[in-house]
Parts: sequence; C-alpha cells; structure tokens
Amino acid sequence: MSATVSPTTTRRWPVVADGQYEGSRIPSRVPTILDVPAELRDSEDVLQVNFGPNHPSTHGVLRLIVDLHGEEVVGVEAVIGYLHTGFEKSMESKTYWKDVTFPERIDYVGYQNNELVFVLAVEKLLELEVPTKAKWMRMLLCELNRIHSHLVFLGTSALELGAISMFWYCFRERETILDLFELVTGQRMHTRYFQIGGLAEDIPQGFYPECRKFVELMPRALDDYKGILDRNEIWLERTQGVGVLSADDAIALGQTGPNLRASGVDWDLRRDQPYLHYDQVDFHVPVYPNGDVYDRYRVRMDEMAASTNIVRQCLDKLERMDAMPWIADDRKVVLPPREELHTSMESLIHHFKIVTEGFRVPEGEIYVAVESPRGESGCYLVSDGGPKPWRIHFRAPSFAALEATATCLENTLVADLIAVVGSLDAVMGDTDR
Amino acid sequence: MSDWARVPGYVSHRDGPEMPTVTIEAGRIREACEHARDELGFNVCVDVVATDYLGWGGKGVSGYIGTASGRDLMRPMTQGLQALPELKPKRFSVSYHLLALQQGAPRARLQCWVDEGEHVPSVVEVWPTCDWHEREQYDLMGIVFDEHPNLERLLMPEDWEGHPLRKDYPIGGEPVRFSDEQ
Repeated sequence: MSATVSPTTTRRWPVVADGQYEGSRIPSRVPTILDVPAELRDSEDVLQVNFGPNHPSTHGVLRLIVDLHGEEVVGVEAVIGYLHTGFEKSMESKTYWKDVTFPERIDYVGYQNNELVFVLAVEKLLELEVPTKAKWMRMLLCELNRIHSHLVFLGTSALELGAISMFWYCFRERETILDLFELVTGQRMHTRYFQIGGLAEDIPQGFYPECRKFVELMPRALDDYKGILDRNEIWLERTQGVGVLSADDAIALGQTGPNLRASGVDWDLRRDQPYLHYDQVDFHVPVYPNGDVYDRYRVRMDEMAASTNIVRQCLDKLERMDAMPWIADDRKVVLPPREELHTSMESLIHHFKIVTEGFRVPEGEIYVAVESPRGESGCYLVSDGGPKPWRIHFRAPSFAALEATATCLENTLVADLIAVVGSLDAVMGDTDR
Repeated sequence: MSDWARVPGYVSHRDGPEMPTVTIEAGRIREACEHARDELGFNVCVDVVATDYLGWGGKGVSGYIGTASGRDLMRPMTQGLQALPELKPKRFSVSYHLLALQQGAPRARLQCWVDEGEHVPSVVEVWPTCDWHEREQYDLMGIVFDEHPNLERLLMPEDWEGHPLRKDYPIGGEPVRFSDEQ
C-alpha cells in the first residue's frame, strides 16, 4: 500500500484568506432580483427582453427577464419552475428501493452523486454498514461522473462563447466515460447501480483495464483543452473579470462547490466532512481568488485532474478486492442472490417481501450531504418507520447557484450574460426538481 | 457549539446521528438564526425545508397508489418495527439546516413548529440565500414567511391552487390539459 496523505491534515484555515473579504454588495432588497436603477425606471431606452425559457445557452429551461439599457444589463429576474416534475411528491408514494431511480433524474448530469446522497441517507437511518469494496467503487463512479459533468460544462459553455471545437473534444472524452458506465451498469446515463447496502451487481471483468486506459488518456486530453483555451485571446477577454462574485457574497448566497471555490473560499466536503473513503485518498482542492467566469473555468479544469487522480487511487484499491462482497449481508434490506431463489424458501420469501412491501426504515429525520459536481447536494429524509419515506427533500446546488445570477450580472453587458449563466453550471432538472 | 439553551426562543434540543436538532419557538426563529450566525459561527444556511405531519402515525399502506384500504404496514406485528411513531407537537415543521465553514464542518438543524394559518418570520435578511428556499416552501407546502420581500410562487405556475407537497393534496389529482374529458 502506498503512503496516503490524508488531505485534511494539509488543509489551511480559515476558509478565506485575509484580504479577500470585500463586504457584501448584494444589489437589491430581494437578493435574487437585480432592480432597474431609479433614474432609468421611466426611461424609454430600457428594453425588457425575455431570455429563455427555450434559449439553447440556458442549458434547459431557465427564463431570465432582462432589462437592457443599450447593451448594459440593468435589471434581471430569474424565473424557474419550467422543469418542475414533483420528484419529492412522487418519491413519497414509492418504497425506498424503488425510489433509488428518482434522484438520478433530478440532476441528470451529475446522476451518480445524487443517487449516492439518497442511498447514504437511507443507509444512515438503517444504520447499515456498507462493504468497503462498494464504498471504493461508489467513489470511483462518482469521480468519473464529476469529470463527465465538468466536461459537459466545459464543452457547452465554450461552445456558447464561440469555441465550437471544444465541444467535440469534450464530448469525445465524455463518450469514453459513458462507455465505462455502460460496461459496469448496462446503462450510459441514470445507471441505478448504487443499491441500498452496496452495489446492484459485482464489478464486471474487464472494467479495470478499460478504466486504466481512461485514466492514462484524461491528463493528455486536459492538456489539449488547455492548449485550445488557456492562451486564446477571445476566451480570456470574454471570461476574465466577468460576472464577479466576492467570497462574502458567495457565502451569503449559499454557493457551494466550484462556484464557491472560484470565489476564494477553500471548502470541499470531500475533504472537510469526508464520506465514503475520501479520507484515505490524496487529492488537491483547487481554489482561485477572483470569483469571475475564468476562475470558475479554472477550478473545474483542475478538479478534472484531481478526480482523475482519485479514480487512479480507487483502481489501485479495487484491483486487490476481487473476491470481496459488494453488498451488505442483511436479508431484511438487501435482495437475496438470484441463484438462491430456486433452492431456498427463506430467500424466496425475503425477495417477495422486499419487492412487494419494501423494507422498513426506523423512524427519524436525517440530512446527508455530498460534494456533487455542482456543490453540496443534500438529502433530507423523514421516516415514520414504514416502507415509504414520509418526506424527502433534495438540497439542490443548482438552485442555490442560480440565486447568484442577479449579483453576478451587475455591471455586465448582454453578451456576458451567456458566459455568466454558463459558468454557474446550473442544471435545470436539479433546480426545479 | 453545545450551549443551545442560550439561543433566543430555545425550547429543547436532541442530538442526532449527523447534527443536533434545536427546537425554537416559531415567532423567534429570526432572532435564533441571527444568534446562530453571529455568536455560533453558522455562516451558511444550506437549506430550508418544511414537513407536513398530517396523518402521522396513521396507516401505512404499501403497493399500488390506488389501494388506500390495502394492508396496513404500520400495525405492530411479529416482525419488523414494533413501535408506532412519536407524536408531533403541531402539523408542520420548518427546519433550517445550518453549516459553519470551520474545521469539522459543524452543522445544526433549527426547527420550529406551526399549525395551519400560523406564520414564521422570514430569515432572508440573515441569509440572503433563504429567498428562494422560503419561496419554495411557501409554494409547495403553504408556509407563510412574514416580512419576506417577495413571497410568491416559485416552482408552480402563479395561478396554481393548493400546495402540492401537503399530505392532503392528492397525487395524480390535477386535470390533464387537452385530454378527452375537457
């Protein structure tokens, strides 16, 4: 075993370096609305424009009501809810093991992480111990998923600023990741591979060598992306100093994840509140101080490199765990192995009971959070002791990210609006749930 | 972080597996939040969530949604969980999940209880992020937050009737547009 440095020991406190607090400048009484200044309110030069809900660069169905004074953005209000599907209500009417399919569809780009947070919440209420192999595999898939999510962010937001080739390069690597998901789970997206208690199936033969190939390929791909963008004059002009969010504002507006770290706040749940085996891997948490679009891009680029590194460390562990169990051995919660159904009456009964009635989860309320590609993804779960959740609520990082649009868009031009909205990396499924 | 009794409006607290739950009088939640932010260092409000406990401890029926008279899974039986759930003081709980950006990532849940028609003070001025969180809970659960600067529906259409996440709101009960019945 190689010497692992626990990332928490190398961490610096406090979360924000001195001199980076510049005081809050949230512009209006309603923090999520940028009000038109009083002197312009009755002016005929102010034009109100609907941006969305069907604009391609809103990554879904975000609607922004923008007040324009010439090219300047003087007022903004974000309108959400066009993708509200009532996941929370639907999940209340299904048993826990059927509910696993729902959270993935909430944040449909960072699906493994959302699946993880729900499964962790139920396991915590059940006080169920998960085998170590399942934990490492969950980490591996979550990190692959983080890379996948950041690739979608990078490809689409560069595309919107005119760098079309970036899109093709990013989606080339994204295909490789989706192929890996297909190899493990049979599905490219919405994999439903995490089961309450562990994994749905054992890790198939041939996954490790394929994943190794990806780990070797990814650093070179990142160099390619940097080659295209990092010295690209147009990219730098359009991202540097645009859509600034100060550290103070980011904390006040509940930002998490890459958006928070790009504002100079050194905070990552994987390191500061470790779950799974994140305390046993060594990884770098990128932090940049300026809070502009360019820094949000740099944080995500560095995170892809860090995630590749974590995937490599997970592979090192997993390759030596071949014969180990991948799901907990608790017949009241976990489905019995398929082959036992033909020979064992007890297994058949357990299978029948879990599938038809579900298993009961002890009474209680719980909040579990993980670091998803977009920030803190949380699951609040209330159980009354029955087989269905009494109340389930997801803390969506995209929801909080979009609350910052008004503050970010102060003193910007209409062309920057697309860069800023893209850089916040909100997924509308996650926002509206 | 242990001196919860000094929080304004303190009623009780209990420790949980992930964070302590501190019950606060509903009318003083804003003072309590200010205290938590300024004195206890909880600088982020992660989430605001309301829960409807109407029918709590009643029948728990599994299976197809339409079979309300199906087998009661909550009845104490020979296997499974024996105890019926503990009764709640009022119909709705409103929980504020707080996080301090400090070593150890301390978290806390401030919770207050309200009945139908009772209001909760808004905490938007304490944490601006609560703007949308409170609007969402108003929209889906019908909790009214006093002095919220812009308390309107957020996720549902403006002219929607009812609050969908309440327990007395039926699932699948809304009319389908352009269907044969209309």
